[in-house]
Amino acid sequence: MIWQSAKELRDKIRAGEVSSVEATKDVFARIAKVEPLVGAFISTFEKQAIEKAAEVDKRIANNESVGQLAGVPVAVKDNMCTTFGTTTCASKILANFNAPYNATAVEKLLAADAVIVGKTNLDEFAMGSSTENSGLKRTVNPWDTTRVPGGSSGGSTAAVAAGLCYAALGSDTGGSIRQPASLCGVVGLKPTYGRVSRYGLVAYGSSLDQIGPVTQTVEDCALMLNVIAGHDSADSTSVDEKIAPVGDYLAKLDEPVKGLRIGIASGFNAGADEQVRSAIDEALKTYRNLGDDIIEVNLAHLDYAIAAYYMVATAEASSNLARYDGVHYGHRTPNPSDYIEVYTKSRAEGFGKEVKRRIMLGTYALSSGYYDAYYLKALKVRNLIRGDFVKAFENCDCIMMPVSPTTAFKIGEKTDDPLKMYLSDIYTIAVNLAGIPGISIPCGFDGKNLPIGLQILAPAFGEEKLLRIARMYEKQTNWHKKKPRINTNGH
Amino acid sequence: MDKRIDEAQVRKVAKLARLDLTDAEVAEFAGQLSAILDYVARMNELNTEGVEPLAHCLPISNVFREDIVKESLGTEKTLANAPQRDGSFFKVPKILEEPS
Repeated sequence: MIWQSAKELRDKIRAGEVSSVEATKDVFARIAKVEPLVGAFISTFEKQAIEKAAEVDKRIANNESVGQLAGVPVAVKDNMCTTFGTTTCASKILANFNAPYNATAVEKLLAADAVIVGKTNLDEFAMGSSTENSGLKRTVNPWDTTRVPGGSSGGSTAAVAAGLCYAALGSDTGGSIRQPASLCGVVGLKPTYGRVSRYGLVAYGSSLDQIGPVTQTVEDCALMLNVIAGHDSADSTSVDEKIAPVGDYLAKLDEPVKGLRIGIASGFNAGADEQVRSAIDEALKTYRNLGDDIIEVNLAHLDYAIAAYYMVATAEASSNLARYDGVHYGHRTPNPSDYIEVYTKSRAEGFGKEVKRRIMLGTYALSSGYYDAYYLKALKVRNLIRGDFVKAFENCDCIMMPVSPTTAFKIGEKTDDPLKMYLSDIYTIAVNLAGIPGISIPCGFDGKNLPIGLQILAPAFGEEKLLRIARMYEKQTNWHKKKPRINTNGH
Repeated sequence: MDKRIDEAQVRKVAKLARLDLTDAEVAEFAGQLSAILDYVARMNELNTEGVEPLAHCLPISNVFREDIVKESLGTEKTLANAPQRDGSFFKVPKILEEPS
């Protein structure tokens, strides 16, 4: 039963064919068996989830209306505030933090009658590309448990890939939904900046962060986006719906885009591993066979995206993480000799290495004497990068490229060299700088049976067309139906 | 080759960031941050003369609301996670010098 899509399950629950309690209990039975191996969750809420499931079942039995995700077990990345349980951001500094409000995206899931089963693991404060920077626990890739699930939303993608929930929320600042989705063989969407409220999403890079769905299918992705998209008066960076109305992303999903023009930057795509490139080429052939045009686009400044990002994101992070001071919440050092040590020691004890590194980078980039050369320069490069996409979209409907230069790498393979880890973000990072939407969909496997993702980008607020384009490919293939075989014997 | 950022500068930045680093961390960060900043310096290959800095992707500004009093979080919820608390105050070590 577990490998149904979220929408299939929801339809059965609404029709009374299956109870949400039954579906939720099955999920927890699977969690009991598989989670010790995968480690996707920081916390789970079995009692609360079954209570909610029972409540939804009761309303259905009484012919009362229920929401778009009625009774479906879902998970939430642990950098989104929930009033239940803890919101840790996978950091020692927030290990016991109980958020006083729900993130808007969480409120929307609850209002849609989803059953939240747990909070998933991530790289600490969403800083990382492998989930190895989690300060609390390790998550492995369900396809090969000696390998990383990707990051920073590795817990969410591992949970969906391993059938520990039907769908999840992740967050993406430089690729943190798309890259782990690619490495775990699931669908992951970063919406346009401003499409989904950031209220209650613990801030990392405020001009880059977006919450997005992690799902088994493109249809489920559209369903989740329907639930979470929209303006929020509590988030002044969420877009006014007069400027960008929220469509019904499901309504025309199966309608192919006629005369589709696909842009590719072949020079840029050439940087990926051979098997990844091969899978992308095959995916492009599938579109060609549907009668679609492939045209060459020039994304001249994308080679500078990583450099710009690691100035902009870290600068914003250095400001956003200043609030963790041992005073208002979180870890406090036990014996400070003065008030300054409350800050310096609490932060030193609470933050992991990568977080400290990025705070240092950002502080340096913003400091007097360096601001112009690093931060301001990066913002100008950002403008050039956005310009590349705007220009490219004059001649094509979408751009396709790999998500990750490699498939899932081994645990520990890139942890000795931060720069090596940063360079693996090459295909995802420019998308956040430009603010446009991007999706990763399964498009094959390498010789080691590790998933490969195809990335599709669209103009700002073009999610409706983007999802249709993704669905065109999914209809022609079965990659998304393949599931990992997880060996729970001997554990 | 001179490091782009040396240990003295690392200590200065750590002080600005209110991070207490060990000597080993200072040495490690000097090396790693130098390597990262060396990579970041490639941005100088681009001519950005006349290019506006883009801090924010959406064409929005001055998002205001009516200046009316609304419900806020309240003292209890705000202080619920306080590591040290005294009634409706967050407790911290003394900041001001005693008057002499």
